[in-house]
Amino acid sequence: MFDLDRWREIFQTINKNKLRTLLAGFTVTLGILIFTVLFGMGNGLKNTFYKFFQDDAQNTLFIYPGFATKPFKGFKENRRIEFENEDLELIKEKFGDRIEYTTARIYKGVTAKYKGEYGSYSVRAVHPDHQYLEKTIIDKGRYINEYDIKNDARIAVIGRLVEKDLFGNENAIGKFISLNKIIYRVVGVFSDAGGDREERNIYMPVSTIQLIYKNTEVIDQINLSYNMELGAAGAMRLSNDIEKLLKNKHNIAPSDQNGIYIGSVIEDLQQNLAIANVLQIIVTVIGIGTLLAGVIGISNIMVYIVKERTKELGIRKALGATPGSVIGMILQETLIITMLFGYLGIFLGNYILNSMGTKLEDWFITNPNVSQSTIIWATVILIFSGLIAGYIPARRAAKVQPIVALRDE
Amino acid sequence: MIQINELHKSYRMGSNELHVLKGIDLDIKEGEFVSIMGSSGSGKSTLLNIIGMLDLADKGSYVLDGVPIKNLSEKKAALYRNKFLGFIFQSFNLINYKNAAENVALPLYYQGISRKIRKEKSLYYLEKVGLADWAHHLPSELSGGQKQRVAIARALASEPKVLLADEPTGALDTTTSYEVMDFLQSINDEGKTILVVTHEPDIADMTKRIVMLKDGKILEDKKVEQVRASQYV
Ligand SMILES: Nc1ncnc2c1ncn2[C@@H]1O[C@H](COP(=O)(O)OP(=O)(O)OP(=O)(O)O)[C@@H](O)[C@H]1O
Ligand SMILES: [Mg+2]
Repeated sequence: MFDLDRWREIFQTINKNKLRTLLAGFTVTLGILIFTVLFGMGNGLKNTFYKFFQDDAQNTLFIYPGFATKPFKGFKENRRIEFENEDLELIKEKFGDRIEYTTARIYKGVTAKYKGEYGSYSVRAVHPDHQYLEKTIIDKGRYINEYDIKNDARIAVIGRLVEKDLFGNENAIGKFISLNKIIYRVVGVFSDAGGDREERNIYMPVSTIQLIYKNTEVIDQINLSYNMELGAAGAMRLSNDIEKLLKNKHNIAPSDQNGIYIGSVIEDLQQNLAIANVLQIIVTVIGIGTLLAGVIGISNIMVYIVKERTKELGIRKALGATPGSVIGMILQETLIITMLFGYLGIFLGNYILNSMGTKLEDWFITNPNVSQSTIIWATVILIFSGLIAGYIPARRAAKVQPIVALRDE
Repeated sequence: MIQINELHKSYRMGSNELHVLKGIDLDIKEGEFVSIMGSSGSGKSTLLNIIGMLDLADKGSYVLDGVPIKNLSEKKAALYRNKFLGFIFQSFNLINYKNAAENVALPLYYQGISRKIRKEKSLYYLEKVGLADWAHHLPSELSGGQKQRVAIARALASEPKVLLADEPTGALDTTTSYEVMDFLQSINDEGKTILVVTHEPDIADMTKRIVMLKDGKILEDKKVEQVRASQYV
């Protein structure tokens, strides 16, 4: 294997027979190329799913009110359920030891104005904990705090893009912004990994909205995060306990599926990752298929090459080449061609993946790539493939009989 | 150097058997220059192939330089060929993508000799056959006579005990044939044992002993007065 002369001998044959080497290598390059591209796209698909969910804290439960669709305890069906502040307080009181952060959410569409500029945005009225649940990043100023809630403060924390739209290059902090004709002071600017849409939101204290708009206690949604130590099963139990508590409080039949919705990121994430994994397995199987086709291709061509070289192999044997040295020669030659053209395939595949970049994001493929460890694996696969591909031709070569090969026709 | 006793060889072709060699006895001493003659199909090449360990006898004994050649593994046979024998073929059998020097160096490669010494030796033997200036030419750039001289240099390079040549002049014109014989004579003069298969009487006359084969048996085995090839070239 590390016999320098053997390497020279092989590089000479490869070098002097470029066309046939090219033919043999082409199938491997193509196989590896397709394998790399498909595998990378599979990864891209997974990246998309991860990106969807890394936006929010992963141990979050979302609780929404719905419609009671069954009569219960004398209450009629088709009742609209509404949450109020006391629902959130009740959850905190009962399950405080299992809960990390809690927040209410009230949604409101607004027209925002600053000087001559205006635009439509959605407002989320929330509690201070919302920052951690949504993983909001404060770029400037501050987030909503308890003091704001207590005092129904007329303040707003605006998204990076809201600032860009309305304030241009001006610093929004401390400025007054009009939302549906009511004036608020901007105290913070945030960004969010969730992308452009998230960064066009405006956050406000829950209490402020409740005071300004109907003077009610109604909230649209409750978000909370549970202690990580609970694990998936514990989280499930917590979710069930909350559902039971709220259904009881709002007189919803325990069997009613529509009264209250509780969603969690974990389940969604796991489901979607499972889909992505299945897709990647399919893609990988197809990739391995093409790789195998490449291996079979090079093996066939090497068999053909051995046949074509029968005379040469006969000469070598007459001059003293042992069967072992002939096997070694053909095996090593196949291996070198496989590796060389395989790496070319990996290189081209990576190049294609890189040049795809963001072009396929509409197709749910984000940053398609193959990792370092995949390339190490590919090397192992290539060596293995080369050995398999070389086995049959090498054995044929070893069987060449010099008298038959050298017989003058 | 070579002792052959009661050697038999048959080829099976489908259901019938072709008895090619029917009990050959041959004793060749070191330094002899022997030609094997006979009509086509008389078994000349078969005998030479068995002597060259490229083929196996069915029956009989064969001892080469004191080593009994029997039940050899392919690997052993390859090693013995490499060590004891040099081959010259009618159709030269040079490797077409290797230049003259590389062709000559090939048996040395299989002897495990270092690259530097291989180079030196191959040039030395090319010089000996008068082709030093052609060392870096491919076989396709050489004439038939030159190719056969490269093949002779290659056969000599491994410094074998016996040189085996199967119709070495079969593909060459008369003048070139005599040139090749001139080389073989000078090599034999230096003491090398040579066996040549030929069906040309003038070529056989340039050796020192003629063995006539007929129907798988030795018909005649006689020493002859050697005709020197140099007078014709
Ligand atoms: N591998 C083989 N299988 C079957 N028959 C063979 C084989 N090799 C040789 N023969 C037969 O054996 C006989 C002797 O062949 P051989 O090649 O020894 O003859 P030769 O004397 O060298 O003839 P030529 O002068 O034509 O070269 C021939 O009839 C040939 O057809
Ligand atoms: Mg013959």
